[in-house]
Amino acid sequence: MAIGESWGKTLKADQDIRPRYWANAPLPELEDGKTMLPYGLGRSYGDSCLNDGGILIPTGEMKKIYQFDRENGIFRAEAGISLADILQVIVPEGWFLPVVPGTKFITLAGAIANDIHGKNHHSAGTFGRHVLGLELHRSDGTRTLCNKQQDTDLLNATIGGLGLTDLITWAEIQLKKISTSMIESETIKVRDLDQFLELSASSDKDFEYTVSWLDSVAKNHGKGIFIRGNHSSNPKYSLKPHDPPKLPWPVDAPNFMLNPLSIKAFNFAYYNKQLGKQKKADVHYDPFFFPLDAVHDWNRIYGKRGFFQYQFVLPTTKDNAAVREILSLISDSGQGSFLAVIKTFGDIPSPGILSFPRPGITVALDFPNCGKKTHKLFEQMDEIVLKNNGRLYPAKDACMPAELFAQTYPETQQFLPFMDPAFSSSFWRRVHKDT
Amino acid sequence: MKSPPQTILILGASSAIAQATARQLATSKTHFLLVGRDEERLHSIANDLEQRTRCKAEIFATQLIDTSQHGKLMDQAVKVLGTKIDFTLIAYGTLPDQDTTQDDPETTLESFQVNFNSPASLLTHLASHYQKQQSGTIAVITSVAADRGRKTLYTYCAAKAALSSLTDGIRGRLFSHNVQVLNIKPGVIDTPMTAHLKKGLLASTPEKVAKDIEKAIEKGKDILYTPRRWLLIMFIIRHIPEKIFKKLTI
Repeated sequence: MAIGESWGKTLKADQDIRPRYWANAPLPELEDGKTMLPYGLGRSYGDSCLNDGGILIPTGEMKKIYQFDRENGIFRAEAGISLADILQVIVPEGWFLPVVPGTKFITLAGAIANDIHGKNHHSAGTFGRHVLGLELHRSDGTRTLCNKQQDTDLLNATIGGLGLTDLITWAEIQLKKISTSMIESETIKVRDLDQFLELSASSDKDFEYTVSWLDSVAKNHGKGIFIRGNHSSNPKYSLKPHDPPKLPWPVDAPNFMLNPLSIKAFNFAYYNKQLGKQKKADVHYDPFFFPLDAVHDWNRIYGKRGFFQYQFVLPTTKDNAAVREILSLISDSGQGSFLAVIKTFGDIPSPGILSFPRPGITVALDFPNCGKKTHKLFEQMDEIVLKNNGRLYPAKDACMPAELFAQTYPETQQFLPFMDPAFSSSFWRRVHKDT
Repeated sequence: MKSPPQTILILGASSAIAQATARQLATSKTHFLLVGRDEERLHSIANDLEQRTRCKAEIFATQLIDTSQHGKLMDQAVKVLGTKIDFTLIAYGTLPDQDTTQDDPETTLESFQVNFNSPASLLTHLASHYQKQQSGTIAVITSVAADRGRKTLYTYCAAKAALSSLTDGIRGRLFSHNVQVLNIKPGVIDTPMTAHLKKGLLASTPEKVAKDIEKAIEKGKDILYTPRRWLLIMFIIRHIPEKIFKKLTI
């Protein structure tokens, strides 16, 4: 057994770690009552990638490409290949991933199991929409091919299924065509939530990618920098992929490094680094999509205490009072961090049964772990989320109470029959009490 | 600076370091022959390389530990890659359990068969081939463990020391024939071979080793400690007086 922790470093698990290297390998044999869980690169923030007391199966070394159809952009590879690795191979050939999250250091299977979304949710939906098929390795030793023609229900349970519906051995996805690796981006200062919503609505038609950095300390809620962009087709640019990362964050920073003052100073500097109201620039996809990847272990800047991420979605309403209420709770608490983003989700549905995104406004914020104070704040926010038909993103979550999950993910009942009885996670045991 | 190798023979191709090295060296012009035991795995490795880079990768499944097959294996290599093999990598080995081997001569000798006798036989074949070829690189993955026999791992250390010594000797033989002989000494690397061990901060990845190997070929290096910090660590370990060293549990 070994102690593992996830990206937020707040939760620990004592697990038996059995890496998997080959697609044709057997699953571990289980002792009575034990469970197993596939594990990618551990970028989930809470405990959805931990299995306390059970077996964890890292799949990051299962990363072979089976088929890359350069004509049609169809890509089939083993579960553990990272998005970074995929991009290195496909970008020079004029293809890009259909959806990318804020980091390229996640696996293909992780992208499916969490049904990740990105800055193009309004135009492309979630990652799961672009999955053409996959193979599942069940705890009884059988293998099932799922695609749009056969075992589609099982495929839909696996998309967003948090690794609980068996182990994905390989998956096939549809890529999107690009003609250069550059993004034509625009950054625009926004004063408040209303301006953000206006800009978001008007940009969603003409821009494939939109998101806004949010100053979580500001009193005028929604203040921040709106970012939008499209893949450039300017012939002066090439199809150069990203460089390998260089700068690992060396050690856990002291806890006091991030405090209300330093965060205020950062936010002030970030907001004002751009003098004009609007700035256009052509940037490489790497800093545009994955700015934090430049510092490899950036989670260590929060120190040993770790941090939480809280990501919710709330349906859009006439005055968006609930979003305002939460943002004001956060700024009043003074606990927010500099990593905060806001985006409007579009209405393209995901095939995933437990998929998180739904139409509305989503906000993701980091909170340094300040113990009780932070949990108290989360309780207050949870209440608003529940009352207003919102919900939280399991990939980020470390604190959601079981009742909140049960009430905001009623699809669980539909999902349960597809779970593999030998698979479980710390997250699942925390939020699903019926088992 | 040497130009990158185009014809590549990998012996023990399914080892983690071999796979990473193949990925690192592959371009659309590379032609591989991957040799190993498990045909299905070799196929998946060859296909991965081809899909990534449009290179050509062929496989040959054989029991490398069976030295009687080595002549046939060399014939196959020449048949597939031609007489000019730019780069050969010997990348197989096993990490025997010290507690089992130390009281059992049988398993000790078995591990020597994999870690020394078999690669020694291949190296002998390769030395004659490369002496005629008058170019190219032979690389052998030995280990930092070759540098000194120690209490907790001496069966492994002994075989790797012998292999390392053989490699260095062959370098002398082939030096005047324009052939590079690279002795690769990896430190603790996170691979299936070491999956059961507790690894400290010093552990590195097969990808890092692969990058170092690529650079070492370019520069025509003789001995490569990878990652580089092991050069210093092993310098210290070699210089601890035996009087003290014998008391250490390392």
